Amino acid sequence: MSTPYYVSPEQIMQDKSDFVRTGIERAKEVIVLEYENGIVMVAENPLATLFKISEIYDRIALAATGRIAEYEALRYLGIQEAEIKGYTFNRADVTAKWLTNNVFSQRIGAIFWQSDTKPLEVELLLCELRADPESSHRIYQLSFDGTFWEEQKYAIIGGRSDEISEILQHEYEDGMELHHAVRLAVKGFETIEAKADDDERYDISADTLEVAVLDENRNRRKFRRLLPDELKEILEL
Amino acid sequence: MLLDVADFGNSDFLEILKRRRPELYATINAESLSDVSLPITQFDASSVDALKGTTVLAAVFKEGVVIAGDRQAVEGFQVGERRIQKVFEIDNHSAIAIAGVAGPCIEMANLFQVQVEFYEKIEGTTLSLEGKANHLSNMVRSNLGMALQGLYVIPIFAGYDPKEKQARIFKYDVTGGRYEAADYHAIGSGGKDAQTTLKKRYSEDMSRDEILKVVAEALWDAADEDLGTAGPDMIRGIFPTMKSIDQTGVSDIADSEVKALYAELIETLS
Repeated sequence: MSTPYYVSPEQIMQDKSDFVRTGIERAKEVIVLEYENGIVMVAENPLATLFKISEIYDRIALAATGRIAEYEALRYLGIQEAEIKGYTFNRADVTAKWLTNNVFSQRIGAIFWQSDTKPLEVELLLCELRADPESSHRIYQLSFDGTFWEEQKYAIIGGRSDEISEILQHEYEDGMELHHAVRLAVKGFETIEAKADDDERYDISADTLEVAVLDENRNRRKFRRLLPDELKEILEL
Repeated sequence: MLLDVADFGNSDFLEILKRRRPELYATINAESLSDVSLPITQFDASSVDALKGTTVLAAVFKEGVVIAGDRQAVEGFQVGERRIQKVFEIDNHSAIAIAGVAGPCIEMANLFQVQVEFYEKIEGTTLSLEGKANHLSNMVRSNLGMALQGLYVIPIFAGYDPKEKQARIFKYDVTGGRYEAADYHAIGSGGKDAQTTLKKRYSEDMSRDEILKVVAEALWDAADEDLGTAGPDMIRGIFPTMKSIDQTGVSDIADSEVKALYAELIETLS
């Protein structure tokens, strides 16, 4: 009988993390910013029907990057769990904190720790509009191993998020108008695209951006995608 | 399984609810009520004091459709509730009005709304108006067991069809049968009276303001003839619910506008 290989748990986790990091490094960025009327989410996405940003519940949206099939599965899970909870209790009882901690973090973490599964190659931002003017908006960031934390004012996911973060650190202001916030995000994308290799770089335009908002002025469902024409207008201002 | 792959792509919330929370699904389904071992077979609806909703209607006008209902629910010969809502917005382009036993009525409207929105979020596109109407038909059908025991739910579904570029009304029977009404339809205990007024006053291509007058009068006549239906309550400030649906979406007709409609009607009647 042959002796099974021994690999230390530390080594397994290290290998898994390295494996995911190589994948995530190539993932396109998504920027989320608080603005005057709520939260705006901006992604580089040349595809017209496959989204990185989507509505989860009345006041909650999900921004994701990484492997599309994997974050689509998580998006589906989030909507399903939110609807079941909202129907069982009340719509106001569905919160981003609950979704982050009890739904996403636990599942993503369990998949990461399980020995015979491939870890998920995704990064998520869960955004929630405040329920009343006294409280503040919530942005939760989830990593591929299930760890999560809360971000203030803005957050970025994707391979080159650190570089964009530097720009936002200097230029982000409270209470920006929508077009300012979108253009600041675009500036972040443009800066990293300018540094990219020639064959990977592309121009940022209304056709290569995906923008959605959680807008406090809307009725029950706060989520809205910006139409291509609106986006064009914002970029030309 | 950590991520149940078998589930993905299923945009039918009812099916998920049935599997995950059968006791909640049972509120509109008699068959599954017996599954959760409630004595539904010995259940006698006449012995239960359930609130019943009364007159609701819908009527097509030039640019869209108006859907409306009175605000009263009765419990035998008593007023059970004066401010009940029987008209519910489902999504941007459709609304439902329900007559029958209030509990399951409201539950069905609620569940239908969740279902339509769930589909929209999962698929990233709205369900066709016909698709929504068909789905509602299934929901009414699944309630047949309870309907036969007196807990009936009969909806009117109205909406603007962006594909056909026209407003449409769907009416239902207790077996889930779905029929399209070309112009108007009224149901509930005062439905027949409202229907008569609509028949006399309705004409094609009416404007929004014209149709609202007709709708107000139809509900007035229903309240006049039927004990279960309430007219406008000027003292408490309770007025029938009216919503108009057109290309731009669903909009509530404000109480102040409904009040003015009735003030005008009372003027012409007295």
